[in-house]
Amino acid sequence: MDQPAGYLHWGFILISWPNLLVIGLMVVLFGLALILPFPGHGSTTEKEK
Amino acid sequence: MKGRVGDESTGSWTAAARRQLERRLPWENLLPDRQPFYVGSWVYVFGVVTIAALVWVVLSGVVLAAFGPQWWHLSSVGRFFNSLHFWSVQVFFVFMVLHLWGQYFMASWREGRAPTWMIGVVTFAISIVAAFTGYLSQQNFDAQYIAMNAKDAVNSTGVGWFFNVLNFGQMYGLHVMLLPIAIIALVFLHIVQVRMKGVVPPIGHGAKPAVRWDLRKK
Repeated sequence: MDQPAGYLHWGFILISWPNLLVIGLMVVLFGLALILPFPGHGSTTEKEK
Repeated sequence: MKGRVGDESTGSWTAAARRQLERRLPWENLLPDRQPFYVGSWVYVFGVVTIAALVWVVLSGVVLAAFGPQWWHLSSVGRFFNSLHFWSVQVFFVFMVLHLWGQYFMASWREGRAPTWMIGVVTFAISIVAAFTGYLSQQNFDAQYIAMNAKDAVNSTGVGWFFNVLNFGQMYGLHVMLLPIAIIALVFLHIVQVRMKGVVPPIGHGAKPAVRWDLRKK
């Protein structure tokens, strides 16, 4: 922990692994928010019937 | 008789302001107990999590400001509040960006919601400055390192004559007073705008935009 983070250097992209991990987790969280059903709500089509 | 107390036809600005508020922000919009069906999605939760994180940022920040740098560096409780402040800021930014992504892909500036979107963008920009001044206010070597490295970049933008990152008093004052006031005021306006215009429906949903329409008793 008491040392500088490692970096991903891929072409012109230079980003630390912790920052890349946070961005990756945010993308996953965003995807899950789109997919996972919200508690107490059925599907839209079910509601529209 | 003109000029009578309570006479709304006098054109007084207080009566005009009251009429505008009653028309544009009725109580059923300000404190709704029903929301359109499409709000039942996790994407609509990102904004409120951001506000919850902001509450923790402010509360922990008030405690830190009350006790000061020695306390937050040297005592265990102080370190706890220091960490609470830091991590609630991380949550605040993560969920603010997720909220931004969600609203961007829904084109949330539709149907008269441009002010809501623009206030959000300005809040985001000011939050970045607030976080930056926070890193400069830590009162440790990290803060000095950041300030020394940032000064040339800030000076190159032309704002260095006013915004001096080496001036701790200025950075701390901005961080604990002016920037939080700006953020809280803008977030308040952002929420009022959402209440006035209603939560944006998903693209292609075909719902009418006004909250009042959506909340109308069937």
